[in-house]
Amino acid sequence: MLYREAGQFKTTYAEDMAIFPIRQDRMALAILLGIAFIGVPLLADFDIWPFGSDYLLRAILLPFLILALAAIGVNILVGYCGQISLGSGAFMAIGAYSAYKLGTGVHIPLAWLDFAISIPPLPVLLSILLGGLAAAVVGILFGIPSLRIKGLYLAVATLAAQFFFDWVFLRVSWFTNYAPSGSVSAPTLDFFGLNVGTPIERYMLCLIFVTVFAVLAKNLVRGNLGRQWMAIRDMDIAAELIGIRPLYAKLTAFAVSSFIIGVAGALWAFVYLGSWEPLAFSIERSLQLLFMVIIGGLGSIMGSFIGAAFILILPIMLNLLPTQLGVPLSTETITHLEFIIFGSLICYLLIKEPHGFARLISIGKEKLRLWPFPY
Amino acid sequence: MRMPDTSEVLLQVEGVSLAFGGVKALRDVSLDIRKGEIRAIIGPNGAGKTSMLNVINGFYHPNRGAITFKGRTRAQMQPFEASRGGIARTFQNVALFKGMSALDNIMAGRTLKMRRGLLWQMLRYGPALAEEIEHRHRVEEIIDFLEIEAIRKVPVARLPYGLQKRVELGRALAMEPDLLLLDEPMAGMNLEEKKDMSRFIIDVNDHYGTTIALIEHDMAVVMDLSHRVVVLDHGVKIADGTPDEVKNNQAVIEAYLGVAH
Amino acid sequence: MIALGQFLEVLIGGLMSGVLYSLVALGFVLIFKASGVFNFAQGAMVLLAGLALVRSLDLLVASGFPLWAAIVLGIGFAAVIMAITAWLIERFVIGPLVNQDGLTLFMSTIGVTFVLEGAAQMIFGSDAYPLRLFPTDAWFLFENVFPGGILVNKLDVWGGVIAGILVAGLAIFFQRTKTGRALRAVADDHMAAQSVGIPISWIWFVVWLAAGLVALVAATVWGTKLGVQFSITFLALKALPVLIIGGLTSVPGAIVGGLIVGAGEKLAEVFLGSHIGGGIEYWFAYVLALAVLLVRPQGLFGERIIERI
Repeated sequence: MLYREAGQFKTTYAEDMAIFPIRQDRMALAILLGIAFIGVPLLADFDIWPFGSDYLLRAILLPFLILALAAIGVNILVGYCGQISLGSGAFMAIGAYSAYKLGTGVHIPLAWLDFAISIPPLPVLLSILLGGLAAAVVGILFGIPSLRIKGLYLAVATLAAQFFFDWVFLRVSWFTNYAPSGSVSAPTLDFFGLNVGTPIERYMLCLIFVTVFAVLAKNLVRGNLGRQWMAIRDMDIAAELIGIRPLYAKLTAFAVSSFIIGVAGALWAFVYLGSWEPLAFSIERSLQLLFMVIIGGLGSIMGSFIGAAFILILPIMLNLLPTQLGVPLSTETITHLEFIIFGSLICYLLIKEPHGFARLISIGKEKLRLWPFPY
Repeated sequence: MRMPDTSEVLLQVEGVSLAFGGVKALRDVSLDIRKGEIRAIIGPNGAGKTSMLNVINGFYHPNRGAITFKGRTRAQMQPFEASRGGIARTFQNVALFKGMSALDNIMAGRTLKMRRGLLWQMLRYGPALAEEIEHRHRVEEIIDFLEIEAIRKVPVARLPYGLQKRVELGRALAMEPDLLLLDEPMAGMNLEEKKDMSRFIIDVNDHYGTTIALIEHDMAVVMDLSHRVVVLDHGVKIADGTPDEVKNNQAVIEAYLGVAH
Repeated sequence: MIALGQFLEVLIGGLMSGVLYSLVALGFVLIFKASGVFNFAQGAMVLLAGLALVRSLDLLVASGFPLWAAIVLGIGFAAVIMAITAWLIERFVIGPLVNQDGLTLFMSTIGVTFVLEGAAQMIFGSDAYPLRLFPTDAWFLFENVFPGGILVNKLDVWGGVIAGILVAGLAIFFQRTKTGRALRAVADDHMAAQSVGIPISWIWFVVWLAAGLVALVAATVWGTKLGVQFSITFLALKALPVLIIGGLTSVPGAIVGGLIVGAGEKLAEVFLGSHIGGGIEYWFAYVLALAVLLVRPQGLFGERIIERI
């Protein structure tokens, strides 16, 4: 009886176009945001943690937020615009290394001109955003083939990006400031004089980033541009004949998606990892992001969060549950089990519910709305 | 029924030939579409009717011939020129955006009319929101007109065929076209649905003065609806004139019934 | 003459390893032709076949079977495993996804990849297992022409011979047998094929089985070269550019594409890599494929795609 929309009349189109037109949904969101923005910091303040330490914060919430952000980026390209990408990891890397270079100062000696381009270290926030911008530019470049090639062929083009940039950041030592080990460390996270160091501060920083980007992304996908992307995804020829320019639609999808993924990459490196190697952004990362999007729901911003949560929580559950039940599994078995579960889940969802958990939830809500009647 | 008030030619196709490898889909076909009329293109299967529409809106590029639209002559149209110039289109096999709601499909038809850029849309505030609402108003008018209020939020893949055709018409209307190409708008419909669709086509032509070119197999419908009819057979134009003229044309009767040799 | 000798050695070595890429690419082409599925799982199938073979071989030898009997039984066992895999994939993944678009099918094979990789390693172990089916020493040719001669790996030659036999066998199978004909019909239009009474799920099973057996063959060669281990799955990723270059639907394309990629990346590594930093083998094939995509999207041997509306 709680979940009813009877009596909630919409009198303007603006009201009808709201993200959550039903009051109960808005309340649920408000509670969720309340927990995220107030509840978690309170826990941190009083040092009351489940699992006894800030493990929840460091090992679950922080990566969850950043990967959810990256998944939003992937979802825009794959879920909304229908352009498959196996190179998301590379775009995270581009964001991370560009931000790193900008944050530590760029120096390009042009020996033959007897001249050098030097940019002093930029503020962290600016570096992160410009890192995203760099990823967007590269994204547009690798999106250009998508105008001629489709689907599977594009998958190979994005793989080319993945492997090429893996190599670039491994071998071109300029990007790692000639660090002998190839491993680099983030600059101090200084935001307008505020030093972000403790786990809870890092968490709040990522939460703000994710919230802002999720809202912006949601606005885009429910606006004119989002409709153009989906039109290209669903039937590109018809889209062209009603005046949608494939060039513009596809390249904006690549740009926006890569920008968000790039920012996520920079956050992943700066805020979560602290110091990292190119390995952090390999093809495994790309596939993981793709899985999050498929499991959570293609073409759903909320699905990106659900997918990220699921992919992060499942391994932890696999670790905890058997131990609790008294049959501890070896780490190897757990890894293999993870592979099998993810793989079968992907197949199952593609067959039964291509829109992932997000659609299952909305079906559930539909049922709840009509409960106790089946129709 | 209202007769078109001008004899001004909106679109002129001259001597168009189109071949796919050895197959000649169109052979030296000329036809004109006058402003404000309903023009039917008929012919047996494989006569080149759909190819003709594809040439007009730039999806196929003819090997020879010229197309004059709104006074500009081109050897071939490009899809974006056609859509920008005000040519809208529905398809023989419904070509809707399957993953989107009926409302979003029709809203997508307004793409060309929407001006706000990426950054405004991202904020969805002020002018961007106002634009979205303004276009929503226009789209709601179309939804009212086509009597599909109840299904506006339903994903089109879940709609029955007849309603999908209606949504597709709505999407084309949202472009506010000068020339509307309808490829078998009534294929696979029952009598009731055909009546509805005929009413919509006449109303569009009447109220908005939209010029319509349509392909249809149901002769009764063609004779009732159209001002002028052109008949194609094996890629060749065999007759052109008012419904009555065409009905009594010997070549047309032979093409449809076959000739005893 | 040193430079020429070196060039020839690199070229031959590259062409030979290219043959091995072709072996994996062949499995892709088979499945793509018959069911329009771009099978990301081919590499995982190589891993599964290799692990099944090497583990059963080790077990049989350890329990006192003579080597030839162990090899026959081991290959038989691996073939049965591939048959079961083919049946499972057809029954639970590809069958239910009939009529879906290519992208969905492709993503489902990524899912299959993960299941196979996880299951194969869980059942058969996840270490690196050496496999010794073919000689791995080398010949030195033309020692009187070039100082030191040209080094040619015997294993690579074996690989070439096997690939040749495989292609000939597949060609006969496709062109001459009833199943082969039905297969081509299904590839053309599976609904039409179904309506004239071709049992489509049987055909798809046969196709996946064929791809599984090709994977087994590839596993014997690659396993001897690198040992059977997880990294063998990355072969599949190398086979993707091979396919793009050759054309997705062409068996000769897979062979020629493999040769181009093999020779190209070795030559590039040796003669170009030293200038821009080593390891360009890692991405060379992909960038080459990207270039081909931009110039000739259907690949060198692929059929041109005509769009209709």
